[in-house]
Amino acid sequence: MIAGFALVAGVVLGLILRPTVPTWLEPYLPIAVVAALDAVFGGLRARLDGIFDAKVFVVSFISNVLVAALIVFLGDKLGVGSQLSTAVVVVLGIRIFGNAAAIRRHLFRA
Amino acid sequence: MSDDQETRRRWLTGRHASAAVIGVLTLVLGFAIAVQVHANSSGDSLSALREDDLIGILDDQNARADRLRQQISALQDNLRQLQDSGDRSAAARRQAEEQAQALGVLLGTLPAKGPGVSVAVTDPDGKLGGEDLYDLVQELRGAGAEAIQFGAVRVSTSTWFDGAGGVVEVDGTQLSAPYRITAIGDPKTLDTALNIPGGVAATVRAAGGSLTVTELDVVSIRVTTTLPKPKYARPSR
Repeated sequence: MIAGFALVAGVVLGLILRPTVPTWLEPYLPIAVVAALDAVFGGLRARLDGIFDAKVFVVSFISNVLVAALIVFLGDKLGVGSQLSTAVVVVLGIRIFGNAAAIRRHLFRA
Repeated sequence: MSDDQETRRRWLTGRHASAAVIGVLTLVLGFAIAVQVHANSSGDSLSALREDDLIGILDDQNARADRLRQQISALQDNLRQLQDSGDRSAAARRQAEEQAQALGVLLGTLPAKGPGVSVAVTDPDGKLGGEDLYDLVQELRGAGAEAIQFGAVRVSTSTWFDGAGGVVEVDGTQLSAPYRITAIGDPKTLDTALNIPGGVAATVRAAGGSLTVTELDVVSIRVTTTLPKPKYARPSR
């Protein structure tokens, strides 16, 4: 529950403050957001499975963000930044869908 | 790194502590989502693009600019050509106008002035006929007169003379002695042509009249005539 409230509070904060994204962060922020979303969905699924572990969640959240940013950074350095970003988004999207399906089965038994 | 993990592990032992960390992380996530959505929807779209995309866009723009530059030069060529042809047609029109004026002076449709002579012919005995006066005009023409006024009649290509014995008809206008003729041309040549031995002056004197030629620096002929429209003849090239 705290996570849900914090998420809403963060959105509201972002809408109120409307900060500008620093240039160096621009390529990484969307990927990092998707990676974090993956971690959040994974955490939600684990919680519904009854195997939620705060440590695992925190570590997966941070490592997801860092690895995604690292991949994009590497891709940019190698000249395949946009392709790698797409790859990361695809992979994370598939995982999010998988987690969402598991969550759906838990919630609706279907 | 291991130190970090140690602290984190210790933090996460307490239930409240882990909840706080999760809350902070999700707060950051929500914040990031809002910021990203906002950055994506507002501002110019170029700032969010990566380098190779920007290079592609730049190439596109450069190619477009090249195309437009080529178009500009083509259109400028067009403009130059049109201006040239406009100049040419203007010059042609000027030339045609000059020609029309010269022809108008020669044909008698336009007033004219220039050096010339004024000829006075008296005929007290009434012996001069249209033929004699026509000879006079022909003599003037032969001497290079460019415009001739006979009495109140402008002499043109179709001018005709008729009558005999003091009253003559020129182009349908009745004239009687003394006759006054003005002609534009080289005054000396005209004078000489009229006074040539056995010429017009001699004829007039033989008829009992007199012919006086006055050379003038400026002769003005204001009378004009209208030319009939050709009924049968058409210009041919």
